[in-house]
Amino acid sequence: MTTFLALSLTGLVVGCIYALTACGLVVTYTTSGVFNFAHGAIGMVAAFTYWQLSVAWGWPAPLAFLTVLLVLAPLLGAVVERVLVRPLYGAPIGVTLVATLGLLVTLLGVGFLAWPPDTTRVLPKFFEGHTITVFSLVIDYNQLLVIVTSIAVAVGLRVFFSGTRLGIAMRAVVDDPELAALAGTKPERVSQLSWALGAGLAALAGVLLAPLQTLNVTDLTLLVINGYAAAMAGRLRNLPATVAGALVIGISSSLVLGYAGPQVVNYVRPAIPMILLFVAVLFLKQERLRAGSLAGLRMPRTAGLRQSVGVGLGFVVVAGLVSGQLSPASLAIGGQGMVLAFIMLSLVLLSGYGGQVSLCQLTFAGLGAYAMGKSGGGALGLLAAIALPAAAGALVALTVVRLRGLFLALATLAFAQAMDQIFFNHALGYGGTLEIPRPRLPLVDTGDDRAYFVLLAVVFALGAIGLLTLRRRAFGRRLIALNDSPAASATMGVSPVMTRLLVFTLASAVAGLGGALLGGLHGSVSPNDFLLLNSCVLLLLATLGGLYTPTGAFLAAMSYAFFPELQKLVPELGQVQFLLTGLGVLALGRNRYGIGGQIADAGERLRSLRVHQVDRVEVARAAG
Amino acid sequence: MTTPAHDALELIGLRAGYGSIEVLHGVSLRVPPATVVALLGPNGAGKSTLLKVASGTITPKDGCLHVGGVHVNGADAAALARAGICRIPEGRGIFPNLTVAENLRMWTGVGDLKPAEVAERTYGRFPRLGERRKQVAGTLSGGEQQMLAMSRALLVDPAVLLLDEISMGLAPLIVAELYELVGSLAQQGIAILLVEQFAQTALAVADHAVILSHGRVTRTGTPAEVEEHLSAAYLGGAA
Ligand SMILES: Nc1ncnc2c1ncn2[C@@H]1O[C@H](COP(=O)(O)OP(=O)(O)OP(=O)(O)O)[C@@H](O)[C@H]1O
Ligand SMILES: [Mg+2]
Repeated sequence: MTTFLALSLTGLVVGCIYALTACGLVVTYTTSGVFNFAHGAIGMVAAFTYWQLSVAWGWPAPLAFLTVLLVLAPLLGAVVERVLVRPLYGAPIGVTLVATLGLLVTLLGVGFLAWPPDTTRVLPKFFEGHTITVFSLVIDYNQLLVIVTSIAVAVGLRVFFSGTRLGIAMRAVVDDPELAALAGTKPERVSQLSWALGAGLAALAGVLLAPLQTLNVTDLTLLVINGYAAAMAGRLRNLPATVAGALVIGISSSLVLGYAGPQVVNYVRPAIPMILLFVAVLFLKQERLRAGSLAGLRMPRTAGLRQSVGVGLGFVVVAGLVSGQLSPASLAIGGQGMVLAFIMLSLVLLSGYGGQVSLCQLTFAGLGAYAMGKSGGGALGLLAAIALPAAAGALVALTVVRLRGLFLALATLAFAQAMDQIFFNHALGYGGTLEIPRPRLPLVDTGDDRAYFVLLAVVFALGAIGLLTLRRRAFGRRLIALNDSPAASATMGVSPVMTRLLVFTLASAVAGLGGALLGGLHGSVSPNDFLLLNSCVLLLLATLGGLYTPTGAFLAAMSYAFFPELQKLVPELGQVQFLLTGLGVLALGRNRYGIGGQIADAGERLRSLRVHQVDRVEVARAAG
Repeated sequence: MTTPAHDALELIGLRAGYGSIEVLHGVSLRVPPATVVALLGPNGAGKSTLLKVASGTITPKDGCLHVGGVHVNGADAAALARAGICRIPEGRGIFPNLTVAENLRMWTGVGDLKPAEVAERTYGRFPRLGERRKQVAGTLSGGEQQMLAMSRALLVDPAVLLLDEISMGLAPLIVAELYELVGSLAQQGIAILLVEQFAQTALAVADHAVILSHGRVTRTGTPAEVEEHLSAAYLGGAA
């Protein structure tokens, strides 16, 4: 009984923190219509800032606590609203989704830079050493603080949103900002206040959570994902349901941890929130929530078959020539860029053409590598590396086929995180690292690094040509029609379900093959290669590249792969890779076509210039 | 009726549009206090655009916008709302996800009324809203939604009321009820600019009428004068 109570208490405390996070998410969503993926990252930065003030600089804890909560975090929220959210007003939901993912990665970068992971940082608990005892259950003041704060916040928010004019105005502004302005409320100011409030709640959760564990940039950022399921339980709207959901998650996880055997604990417990999130996304009615996609943007011109084959051949030849000049280290990095670009092709297909956001492409890549490694390579291995991810992709697609935009993103996120925890992280998966053989070919010695690099270039070129061909075919047009208007394409006789299924499966297969080739490049893979965060970065990179063109994918992947080299030249840069990717995405606010779009545009301009010149020559000839 | 020193609303040579597209090509118009002016014209003439400019939702590119004799070009919608402009937009001017009572709370952002007075003014006029105060506004019937939208005019005591097709999609009985309210608001001294598809309905309550077509004022006069030219304006406008 005492064990039960003690476990429940621990679970309750954790659940309260989840509730705080989830309430913050709901607040931002209901008051600005944006699901803030960076919520956890804000909490992380707040926790570290609190550590900086109170531990490193020796401020009194209450002063540091209040400064972070009431000044710095709201300020950050207000700035984020002004710089990031406001310019995106009216943009497709998919774009705001990528933007907050960009903010997440930016803040991660800031975290790594400002608080390098090489030292251990620990925050003392609040009121260290003070406890009270209730029915033989020892409760320390820190736990009490968490519980009391959470109750106060939940009640306070409820009163605020239905009882005060500002709270009502915050909800009204999401409904109809123009009407709010007509009623004398400045929508921008209200939105800014609501972001400040959301950031304050994120900070509160972060600061309360931090003393319960060692400070770690990624862990603190990702813990918020546990709150996602709770937020979905409240359908991103209902605060009491959100709190209830969070408490259930916290307490059930704690009880499982306490009573189940270590096997179950290791495999299942970390995944419980993810499984709940997946279920919540799938089964809760969503009709009143806004979904959305990356759709609605103008597509760059698609190259013809002759042109793409020509460019592809040229690409391979150049890769062959360049490979002769590269050092072994650069060959490995270039190869990595090449494979990343190939995996990104799956995102061009899925997100660029199909308008679907996926945060689990590297999970499929990991499955591909796994199949290749376990099957011992060879033609059969390659086949398995395509078939296993394709089958998994089809299975995921079958369950999520109804979902779009935010919900698809959340479902794929849950899938990726759960796979991380259950599959990749344990003996079931790699058990540390897994040897991955390179595919064997007749005539070519793929064991040679240079040959393998050229092989990767060939694979990328073939993939790009195939993708462009698909784009020009009926299937590609159907996909894009579906993206533009599901309702209209349904009346045109296109089966949305079938099309989505096919494209998701195909994209998984591409990612899987890429994963196998990536494994072959380095000789082995570890669970860390396919983390959810890396999938996020991959999506951001693809977005930076423009999402619509293989060229953009290639450039983004290459610059990402070679960035660590630059870092070696300028060591002060530190973990700047994340920061730059994030900032790049934030800069996309105004130019949503990315690098690839720019290049396609430039090509278009050149072409029209040429045409004009020809015209002029002909006019001159006719006149003369 | 004595002529007051200033018109409640005055537009002089106003040009405005969306992005680079100009919709209003120099429109001049006056609405004195306690007067109903009907603004008529074919679809796409720019009537709604004109009301958006007058309420600060769109900033004019050229010309003058005067409210109570004060030059207010460039003031935003929230500021103009505080200056006494109240526009009930086309469609339903309500927040669909808030309850009736919460919508009313939003309307009082300008006036700062006591809850009891809010209830008296609105529910006294529209008892059906009183019965549904806890209901989410998006689930009200079309007529009830329009009553809720119109109740903003009751609560904020505006100087100028801009109404955009308040009869759209409503049964004649409810339209009559709403227009009765329009008449009584004008009697209280409010200047009203009324956009309406059904010219007859609008002309019946109007003191003055204006025809707008292709972004220009093509005719002004008493309702009787304007009515004669109406069909020509609509047909000509369509050509
Ligand atoms: N948000 C907008 N962006 C671009 N153009 C617009 C926008 N709103 C209206 N227009 C254009 O401005 C012109 C005038 O539109 P407006 O809505 O003012 O007409 P209206 O006279 O109110 O017509 P109706 O009687 O149909 O309501 C139209 O050509 C319309 O296409
Ligand atoms: Mg109109």
